[in-house]
Amino acid sequence: MIEVADVHKSFGALEVLKGVSMTVQKGEVVSVIGGSGSGKSTLLMCINGLEDIHGGRITVDGVDVHARTTDINKLRRRIGIVFQQWNAFPHLTVQENVMLAPRKVLGKGRDEAAHIASLQLRHVGLADKLDVYPGKLSGGQQQRMAIARALAMSPDYMLFDEVTSALDPQLVGEVLDTLRMLSSEGMTMIVVTHEIGFARDVSHRVAFFRSGRIHEIGPPEQVIGNSREPETAEFLKSVL
Amino acid sequence: MPADRALRNPRDVSAMNYTFHWHQALEALPAMLAGALVTVETALLSMLIGIACGIGLALAHNSGNRLARGFATTWVETARNTPALFQIYMTYFGLGSLGIFVDSYPALLIGISFNNAGYLAETFRGGLRAVPPTQMRAARSLGMSAPQAFRLIVLPQLLRTVFHPLTNQMVWAILMTSLGVVVGLNSDLTGVTQELNVRTFRTFEFFAMAAIIYYLITKFVTLASRLVAARLFRY
Amino acid sequence: MIETDFSTTDLLFMLHGAGVTLALTFWAVLGGTLLGLVLGLLRAVSPWWINAVLGAVLDVFRSIPLLIQFILANSFKSILGLDISAFEVACVMLALYTSSYCTEIVRAGVLAVPATTRRAARSLGMTWWQDLRYIVFPNALRVSLPTWTGLTLGVLKDTSLVLWIGIVELLRASQVIVTRIQEPLLVLGICGLIYFLMSFPISRLGAHLETRWREYD
Repeated sequence: MIEVADVHKSFGALEVLKGVSMTVQKGEVVSVIGGSGSGKSTLLMCINGLEDIHGGRITVDGVDVHARTTDINKLRRRIGIVFQQWNAFPHLTVQENVMLAPRKVLGKGRDEAAHIASLQLRHVGLADKLDVYPGKLSGGQQQRMAIARALAMSPDYMLFDEVTSALDPQLVGEVLDTLRMLSSEGMTMIVVTHEIGFARDVSHRVAFFRSGRIHEIGPPEQVIGNSREPETAEFLKSVL
Repeated sequence: MPADRALRNPRDVSAMNYTFHWHQALEALPAMLAGALVTVETALLSMLIGIACGIGLALAHNSGNRLARGFATTWVETARNTPALFQIYMTYFGLGSLGIFVDSYPALLIGISFNNAGYLAETFRGGLRAVPPTQMRAARSLGMSAPQAFRLIVLPQLLRTVFHPLTNQMVWAILMTSLGVVVGLNSDLTGVTQELNVRTFRTFEFFAMAAIIYYLITKFVTLASRLVAARLFRY
Repeated sequence: MIETDFSTTDLLFMLHGAGVTLALTFWAVLGGTLLGLVLGLLRAVSPWWINAVLGAVLDVFRSIPLLIQFILANSFKSILGLDISAFEVACVMLALYTSSYCTEIVRAGVLAVPATTRRAARSLGMTWWQDLRYIVFPNALRVSLPTWTGLTLGVLKDTSLVLWIGIVELLRASQVIVTRIQEPLLVLGICGLIYFLMSFPISRLGAHLETRWREYD
């Protein structure tokens, strides 16, 4: 379980998270929607410790993410994150990209890591691209590789930060299909997205972010279909 | 000078008062090649020192520490705005007045290394800038420690960016070793050639031979580097 | 005050040397740039085999130490019995050396102008020369200027090598004084300062022109 309790965060004088509280249970898929600059991506970065927080607490399976005594590298093995810009390692082939962390962080042998990598790459539909350099792949393919790379660590939780926003429209579908597949396999996911249709069809809960807080959270039928808050409805009208 | 000696056709060797004695230069080839070896060794050594110091200077410049940054800037600006020969002079004569007596070889090595470090600092700064910070972020989020991420992800990409400038600097270093002769060095290629010149006064033949050797060395270095790059950077 | 044997006469001697340095730089850069313009343009428009030969010949100047180039030029002058001064030899050699780099700069600058832009100019009815003068030249200049400024600064520093063929420029002048009064740190310190003062305006001018031209974007 991921527990976010009254988290505050500022960038200099600008407060970006103004008291965010949320709990994500094992097996849940939570989508996070909201306008740009509302703090959604920042929240994800805080959950895996890439950003500090200035108030509140985030715990993953009971471990405080920002406590000084926490081994953050060890914690990050349990949380996979995929970014908007896939950040492929350009100097490694697709397979090497995916097997690097299992080898160097989990200490797996080369053959075992290669096997895990090819398994996950087949999982996301890139089985025929193992020896290709990422520079030769399309954005959608590189993004799926990034997903495989995160999955290769066998994480308990997966965070997705607007993973389709940087893609050409025709490539969005293949990535969303991968996410759909993962959710049906029971992966615990927090998905920050602009794809409202996806949020409605795949999530167990949807959180609407506004001005650094969760404005409304609940099942998709409620948040998207029949919003309680007027601002939620207004946002949905502007994007749909 | 009598008028009939001016502007003769250089190919009219017998009519000139200068006959080319190429065989002497060819006889001296072994000695010159030994000098060439010293040249290459010195250049390599100066590059290793220069790279180490250059990386240090680049990091110092990027750090928040004002003292470190000032030190780095002074070094880099001095290296880039004064002649290499001046830097060698400073080492050879300057340190002597402080009681540290340096021989010609150390003076040359220190001078060239100082120069290399100054130029390479800028190269490494540019190289570090060229690797997006998001690469580091991606590596860290997979659970890699900071040194691991730097070694496995940032460094290989940095190497690709700086490889071509490093090769150029190596060629520069090889050519710069010739300055040793000005402070009395007689073991590198130019130094050896000058010794032979002073003894026989066959200036043109000996230095022409040295020029050919320098040309071959620099071409070899450039070619070798291109082959290495093709193998290392296949992406 | 610090006790020193360094006199005003010495300073004037050094400044005279600095003058020689600047004169050499001026002639070398002038000659080298003009030659570089011609050759660079030639390389940019020639068929591959002319290009390769020209490139290989010019490459020789960049693959041999400049010191040795001066020695060879000076010795060749003596062999031919030519009645020209070492200063003139140095200017010629330095100009040839500069032109080998300048050719590359010009060639890169010309090739940096997009073919599409030039095609647009020609479709408006401009001749080849007009395209070159009004379209290629201004754009190539903007691209090449920073590198060219760097080259000029390089030549300024390379003039120090002519001391080997007997010309008294700034560094040689400094060395003469050091040999006499044995105060290397002071004299060389002033020498370095003078080099700084000479290079600084050049690099500032380059930066200024660069920013001024960028405003036209």
